[in-house]
Amino acid sequence: MKEQLAKIRAEALAAMDGAQSTAELDALRVQYLGKKGELTAVLKQMGKLSAEERPAMGQLANEVRAALEEAIEVNARKLEEKALEQRLEAEKLDVTIPGKQVKLGHKHPMYIALDEIKDIFVGMGFTVLDGPEVELAELNFDRLNAEEGHPSRDWSDTFYFDEDSRVMLRSQTSPMQVRAMDTMELPIRIIAPGRVYRKDEVDATHSPMFHQVEGMVIDKNVTMADLKGTLNTVVEKLYGKGTKTRFRPHHFPFTEPSCEMDVQCHKCGGVGCPTCKGEGWIELLGAGMIHPKVLEMSGIDPKEYSGWAFGMGLERTAMRRFKIADLRLIFENDIRFLEQF
Amino acid sequence: MNLSRKWLSEFVVVDANDKDFAETMTLSGSKVELTHDLGEEISNVVVGQILSMERHPDSDHMWVCRIDVGQAEPIQIVTGAWNIHTGDMVPVALHKSTLPGGKKIEKGKLRGVESNGMMCGLSELGLDTRDFPYAVITPAALLNDYKPLDPAKPSIPVDIQPGHKIYGSVVCARITAVRCDGVNAYTAACEVGSGSVSVSTDCATLHAGDLVALDTKKEHICTLEDLHAQQAEFPHCIPDGIFILHEEGVKPGDDLKPVIGADDHVVEFEITPNRPDCLSVIGLAREVSATYDVPLKLHEPVVKGGGEGSLVELLDVETPASDLCPRYTARMVRNVKIAPSPKWMRERLRAMGVRPINNIVDITNYVMLEYGQPMHAFDYRYVKGGKIIVRRAQEGEELTTLDGQVRKLTANHLVIADETRAVGLAGIMGGENSEIVADTTDVVFESACFDGTCIRKGALALGMRTEASAKFEKGLDPLNTLPAVNRACELVELLGAGEVLDGTIDVLNYVPQPHIVTMDPDRVNALLGTDIPAAEQYQYLERVDIVTEKKDFPNGPAEVIIPSWRGDVEGIADLAEEVARFYGYNKIPTTLMRGQTTLGGYSPEQKLEQTLGSVCRSCGYDEIITYSFISPTCYDKIRWPQDDPRRQSFKILNPLGEDTSIMRTTVLPSMLEILTRNYNFRNKSAKLYEVGRIYLPGGEDGLAVENKVLSMGAYGEDMDFFALKGAIEAILKEIRAQDVRFELPCQPNPSYHPGRVADVYAGARRIGVMGQIHPLVAQTYGVDAELYCAELDLGQLMCSKGTDPEYVPLPKFPAVTRDIAVVCDEAVTVGALETAIRKGARGLLKEVSLFDIYRGKGVAEGKKSVAFNLVLRADDRSLTAEEADTDVKAILEVLKQDCGAILR
Repeated sequence: MKEQLAKIRAEALAAMDGAQSTAELDALRVQYLGKKGELTAVLKQMGKLSAEERPAMGQLANEVRAALEEAIEVNARKLEEKALEQRLEAEKLDVTIPGKQVKLGHKHPMYIALDEIKDIFVGMGFTVLDGPEVELAELNFDRLNAEEGHPSRDWSDTFYFDEDSRVMLRSQTSPMQVRAMDTMELPIRIIAPGRVYRKDEVDATHSPMFHQVEGMVIDKNVTMADLKGTLNTVVEKLYGKGTKTRFRPHHFPFTEPSCEMDVQCHKCGGVGCPTCKGEGWIELLGAGMIHPKVLEMSGIDPKEYSGWAFGMGLERTAMRRFKIADLRLIFENDIRFLEQF
Repeated sequence: MNLSRKWLSEFVVVDANDKDFAETMTLSGSKVELTHDLGEEISNVVVGQILSMERHPDSDHMWVCRIDVGQAEPIQIVTGAWNIHTGDMVPVALHKSTLPGGKKIEKGKLRGVESNGMMCGLSELGLDTRDFPYAVITPAALLNDYKPLDPAKPSIPVDIQPGHKIYGSVVCARITAVRCDGVNAYTAACEVGSGSVSVSTDCATLHAGDLVALDTKKEHICTLEDLHAQQAEFPHCIPDGIFILHEEGVKPGDDLKPVIGADDHVVEFEITPNRPDCLSVIGLAREVSATYDVPLKLHEPVVKGGGEGSLVELLDVETPASDLCPRYTARMVRNVKIAPSPKWMRERLRAMGVRPINNIVDITNYVMLEYGQPMHAFDYRYVKGGKIIVRRAQEGEELTTLDGQVRKLTANHLVIADETRAVGLAGIMGGENSEIVADTTDVVFESACFDGTCIRKGALALGMRTEASAKFEKGLDPLNTLPAVNRACELVELLGAGEVLDGTIDVLNYVPQPHIVTMDPDRVNALLGTDIPAAEQYQYLERVDIVTEKKDFPNGPAEVIIPSWRGDVEGIADLAEEVARFYGYNKIPTTLMRGQTTLGGYSPEQKLEQTLGSVCRSCGYDEIITYSFISPTCYDKIRWPQDDPRRQSFKILNPLGEDTSIMRTTVLPSMLEILTRNYNFRNKSAKLYEVGRIYLPGGEDGLAVENKVLSMGAYGEDMDFFALKGAIEAILKEIRAQDVRFELPCQPNPSYHPGRVADVYAGARRIGVMGQIHPLVAQTYGVDAELYCAELDLGQLMCSKGTDPEYVPLPKFPAVTRDIAVVCDEAVTVGALETAIRKGARGLLKEVSLFDIYRGKGVAEGKKSVAFNLVLRADDRSLTAEEADTDVKAILEVLKQDCGAILR
């Protein structure tokens, strides 16, 4: 009997280790451990043994059973793992196949640039204003100290809706300065982006309609140093820390002193190249201290309050930001262009 | 404004290269656009003297010359030009030299003979005869150059010999020697067969051995013109050749650049309209002097005078339009000799971009450039009655201006007239009837100050903005007229162009008063944010001639006198700018704003715009920017009726073109144009949006009502009505609009497909319209595809915005779902069925969603089967199937009653 048990054990274990499938393993379990199984058959012979032999043989038989059961379990686990492995192998994907397209729309590059600028100013406590494009010449010119005779008032430069040159398409966002002064409480910190119109034929750098951002601050003790400090901060946020700027005297009817602000050419670092027309600097915006006459016309006492203002062309900023060479692309709206941003 | 640095150096000496000069001037407020080295392209070109010349052994029209170019040995150059002679001084481009236009000269061989450079003509040096009038070449008709037009019938026999008659007194002669007598003056010894004669000629192309046509009667060597011959008959007989230099003191080897004035540098300034004083050499010299803080050497014109006659007897000036003519100054010159002006003057004019004409005209231009004071010269003999009247033009009065145009004037124009007629358009252009011509002998120089606005409007009305009018319209310094006219007279004397009469006519119609402004250094520092000592500030002002009466630098506020040419300086802010300019804008500190902090941010409308944009982009729509102006024909293209009130648009009176002449009252054409463009670019599909404005009449103060519209447009394979509707539903859901409905418009919308268009509502509020563009509209735009558009009013969207969301507890009990399919008439809408379902429900229905519409087998013709998924739930218990069934039964009941829909 002892030999029988040993043989069963050896045969069964070998068979179980060699089982290729759960079904095969299950058949082996029945073959050895089932009611009519080989081990069961051996155990049934226990009764024929002597009382002395029985306990030892019983223990041995139990050991064999335990060994077989464990082998079944181990092999079952092995087979499961193998099956999973096979399934996973079968489910393998070509991960280089493109993903399912989620088509998102794109913001227009000019508005990307504008939104950046707006966020910077909003962060500095500025309110964003919106105003009419069909505007009174009085606000676009007179109230901004551009007297009759100023060249920009010519019909060759500005679009008019009546013979008296009273109603026009605003040629700058600056009338928003006047609207702000007329309606808002002091102190004022505003920016006013929007469309402006000038009588320029369409070419690579001109368009009869384009966009500006106007900015204005009025408070007590506002200085030109504040203007420089604020605009430098804006430029660093737009173009990166350490971006060099310079201020040049200029002339605008509604500011005095007036200036233009240049940023150092990003392409050549100030040495001079075709991008900056050899100057090393690129003009960014016009600015200045609000002209006392402009303050007075809005009923603000220039002895008590002062302010500064700036106006910035948006298209040029966007074009520089995204290296767009031709202004016409901005208004052409070809999706192959739009979807690059 | 161009500035010759040579001319500038007459007034102020600055040692700086062009780049540094440009930068320094730019930073003090005179923006330099570019600088230009006039001789930049010319290198290694020298003066040479022709030592000898021989005919080319292998060519009938070339010369081999030996030329002294100041080197140890003369060099050999081959040329095809005929106007040179031994002894001539000529420009020589040596081996490895450069010429204007990027031309490079190197040595080489011409028909086998070595040539070590090139002699230059005017055009090769970038010049023309206006720069050097003496360099005009008169060619003779050389018979040895004759090529008959028809070889069978030559006008001149091929074997013609000296002495043979050509016609009349014209015979063939052989040149035996040529002597150069001066500028374009030659003496030619001619053999005429029987004997020889010596003839004076201005023809520069003659050399020993040449055969010429000699008019024996006139003792004249014939030109092409004299022979009535054509150029083709004498191919080498051309008025072109080498530039023979007649400049004093030049010698072989001299650099050519100073000889032709190409050693100057020109700086181009952008002058802002507030500084008309800088539109002159002296004005810019003042700025340069102030910028570099170096002395300014101005010149006081000295006129000898003494010309025959009395000015007061010869000329009288009346200014009836005194309000338009603050000052009129005039002097007179007699016995004028019209001639080219001298080289130095021509060079300076040319450097400043002005074309030299003749001495008198050049003098007026010279003075205008130097002083910034427009001058006019007119011929005294055409001033009838010796009287100049500055008056308003009569309505309809005509004047032919110098450019030959007949100008019809109005009473708004100011004219210079004599007793009978206008002779000039004041401040704009002279009249043809008083123009300086070759035989002018007596000249009146006018140096006046006219009203800027009058000149500007006058020039504008005639569409003729001239250099003079551009200066006058900015308002000139009346104190400048006298020095300018004196300078003109001084130049007349310097050039020997005529005799200046003593005295000046000077009509003053205003009272000159010193302009005083109070300077306050503390205010200046307060404006600039600086701490510049008072005295230093006064010193900066002194640099631009703004001084206190005592010319001192006080330590506090003081009155300062503003110079007459600085009309732009009116108050403390202007003085602050002057101080800042010379202190340095870039030395002003940078500080951050102090004071009361303000709370910045976006308005609810701006936030709505941002939301709309981000939803549109999430739905795949790209943002576009379109022009606000459109063509009036756009309304036809979108099929609006002729009498549609929405055609009432703001019309631009001076548009760039018809296409951009009215302000849009609808965004539809703009969107259609961009869709079309993308379609034409063969982009397979496009989804676009824009938040654009429309401009409706009826705003305050005659302005527009500018409403914003969310414009959406799309085409492509994945587009249909419901794709667009889905995007709009997403938008309305995002802003939590309540009770959203899409209904067929009550009024037909001609721009859209009549069966595929819906008005969009939120509650009772109509937000806009969406749908497929009418095929006829698409056809007009040339698009053979289905276009989908939506126009949603931002104001209405703003009003439809729902309130902030409030948390609703999540369901605790499970829902029961039921699918129902009902059969109904084709005409019954899904919307109506949904309404019936909601109406029939008894409080348990939470959601209803369409999942299928079926037509065909099993459903009768003219009917459809519509299937819905219903979700029923109670908030306080688990529903039983029976409860759900009761509700569904009630729903089916109403579907049957209201819609005739029967459970399938």
